[in-house]
Amino acid sequence: MAAPEHTGVPLLELRDVTKSFQAVRALRGVSLALRAGEVHALAGENGAGKSTVVRIIGGEHQPDSGEVLLDGEPVRFSSPREAQQRGVAVIHQEPIQFPDLSVAENVFMGRQPLRPGRRIDRRAMHRRASEVFEQLGVPIDPARQTRGLSIADQQIIEIAKALVADARIIVMDEPTAALSAVEAERLFRVARGLAERGAALLFISHRLDEMYALCDRVTVLRDGSFVVTERMDDIDNDTLVRRMVGRSVEQLFPKRDTEVGDEVLVVDGLTRAGVYRDISFSVRRGEIVGLAGLVGSGRSEVVRAVFGVDDRDSGTVTVNGKPLPKSKPRTAIEQGIALVPEDRREQGLVLELSIERNASLARLKQVSPGGLTRQSRERELARTWGERLSLKFGSLSDPAATLSGGNQQKVVLGKWLATEPSVLIVDEPTRGIDIGAKVEVHALLSDLAAEGMAVLLISSELPEVLGMADRVLVMHEGRITAELSRDEATEESVMYAATGNGSAA
Amino acid sequence: MSRLRALLSGRELSIVVALVAVVGVTTATNPSFLSAQGIHDLFLNASIIALLAIGQTLLVITRNIDLSVGSVMGLTAYMSGQMFIADHDTPTILVVLAGMALGAACGAFNGALVAIAKVPALVVTLGTLYVFRGINYGWASATGVHQINADQMSQGFLAFGSGSILGIPHLTLIALAALVIAAYALHNWRSGRELYAIGSNPQAARLAGIPAGKRVFTAFVVSGALVGLAGVLHASYFGTINASVGTGRELAVVAAVVVGGVAIFGGSGTVLGAVLGALLLTTITSALPILGVPAFWQRAVDGAALLLAISLDRAVMVRLAERLRKERSLRRA
Repeated sequence: MAAPEHTGVPLLELRDVTKSFQAVRALRGVSLALRAGEVHALAGENGAGKSTVVRIIGGEHQPDSGEVLLDGEPVRFSSPREAQQRGVAVIHQEPIQFPDLSVAENVFMGRQPLRPGRRIDRRAMHRRASEVFEQLGVPIDPARQTRGLSIADQQIIEIAKALVADARIIVMDEPTAALSAVEAERLFRVARGLAERGAALLFISHRLDEMYALCDRVTVLRDGSFVVTERMDDIDNDTLVRRMVGRSVEQLFPKRDTEVGDEVLVVDGLTRAGVYRDISFSVRRGEIVGLAGLVGSGRSEVVRAVFGVDDRDSGTVTVNGKPLPKSKPRTAIEQGIALVPEDRREQGLVLELSIERNASLARLKQVSPGGLTRQSRERELARTWGERLSLKFGSLSDPAATLSGGNQQKVVLGKWLATEPSVLIVDEPTRGIDIGAKVEVHALLSDLAAEGMAVLLISSELPEVLGMADRVLVMHEGRITAELSRDEATEESVMYAATGNGSAA
Repeated sequence: MSRLRALLSGRELSIVVALVAVVGVTTATNPSFLSAQGIHDLFLNASIIALLAIGQTLLVITRNIDLSVGSVMGLTAYMSGQMFIADHDTPTILVVLAGMALGAACGAFNGALVAIAKVPALVVTLGTLYVFRGINYGWASATGVHQINADQMSQGFLAFGSGSILGIPHLTLIALAALVIAAYALHNWRSGRELYAIGSNPQAARLAGIPAGKRVFTAFVVSGALVGLAGVLHASYFGTINASVGTGRELAVVAAVVVGGVAIFGGSGTVLGAVLGALLLTTITSALPILGVPAFWQRAVDGAALLLAISLDRAVMVRLAERLRKERSLRRA
């Protein structure tokens, strides 16, 4: 089949789409056209509204205003099923599957081939699945259980799903975030093949080199607003970044020079079979150390073990010269470690509880003289930190769920800063919060380091790591593959090590 | 042949082994346990609980549960008796259909609260456990009929309950028919596979466009109809009914289902396993007196089997996770 021309009516188009979630305006007036045969990049920082666009195209959300057009006709997908029936397939960053069912069943769920009497034709299903996997160049046994497959294989299953559904519009939401270079290249080959056969692809990635390698055009979003659509050939790297960020790098990462002091946190030979091994590093007073790596490289697991929420097989952790017992987060807190977890809604906050209650959770002893929690002390603690972090809230007794993402993150930060830690570990501190709040969080981290705190920063956003860290550790598949100084760390050098090309540190 | 092997390789085979062991030990103590009459009784006793277990399996697979089955069963059993008091010559088939309809209606009530109002099944059915039982007692005290005996029911109805074809009790045949139909539908129909999908990962089920609410509702209705049938069969077999028939049955059923290898968090398990689980627990119950264990230990044994089954499942899961972890570690090294 010849590749269709990049003209004519787009397969799918968003026109002036607006979407709000409660008080938060996720999208304002976004327009986007996907043409047959093209791979279209969707660029923007975290929180720019990319996932909302994906969810609207996939039928998970409906726009508040504006139109979705399919083949030029206005449509309204009321459910994911409806979107799928009209030829839309969404491949999520972390594929969501049925772990108990076979690979073939995952591929064909809801559209299994039937024999007379509405009976599922298992043989045809397995044969067809094998054909599709062969076509994709990835041998996966259709009969095996899905539990335990790698993320790369699970994504191939998602693509197989799209193929058997004859999807014409395929959305890939950060598909390469957890893939190795080889797996990503395999995915690109598949994606190009799909476009050549006349599908329209929307490709989301935070890696610009991938966009240039794969995509024909790019649409940039910022803070929920449409910025520009350009041909990839017509926009250079720097312009693209400026369009995405909307301000200069210096404004975004207000990093202060600090006096680096003694080693506060020393991790030596940390190992957990199959997750990470031989992890050794240290963080000094006044230093921000960045921990970079692909999703699934073991970064979060390492810090969870350092803090003691997860077990470790061997290795030692020392804080201010004192060894830390394993699996004892309470001791870790007492000795001065604070961990701001990756998922603030799941692990950092109790959303139903009030702001002041959340803020005092890690300091309950301090606000509970004689074992009874005093609300006045709780409130005082919350007010102090609320002011210091310029928290925007209605009342301190409002549930934490009423705050915006950025302010929620500040409450979590405040909660841990109230423990007066000497080591602050932050895992993806700015994921899903708007640019303004992001700058505030960066400024706060910078101030804390300047005051002498040792900060360990985990982030999937390279610019954040490069902009904030004094030193960058890079992990790949459970090992530290590079340790780079602020001067050595560039997008290329970090990515090189993160995909397994670095020398062991 | 390979399919048969696959079928017996899992939990089903271990239950069959346990069953053989229990029967073997008991027969060694008292050979009459394995007589034709003994086997006949075993299957007969297991049939009603097997019907309940089939219905419960449909729900547990979808990550739901029905604790009201004992009360629904009691209600339909009681209604069967009331139908004969109203008209001594009510045709048996009418009683059966009415019982199934009432069971389905109770199931629809539970299902609507779970699927439409989105209340967790555990809470809904714990509530209806008391509500349906309360209705049963209310009905009994309003009509003054606290017990219905065999002489008040039609001969045809009683003969249906105690009869057999080629030595196989009617009740067992009905349970077998339900087993075959349910197993076929769960294995071969899209809607059957979708029940597994819903239990395996609700979020993925939604994204796959599976009408989860509709499927769960239907599962409650079908399960309710089976429970209703079980209530009618109870009435026709025992011939004596009061308002407390079926009390406490829900826990025996859940125990049978879990012992039979249906994952309590949904997504996996078979009706065959659940029925074998029911057979195993009933067999143990019948074996206890022969082995000289007082009958009041019966409940404790059910509970112990449940705990053992859950611990086994957990141990297997932990071992599997450990193995996958080690495999990954090897591949990386």
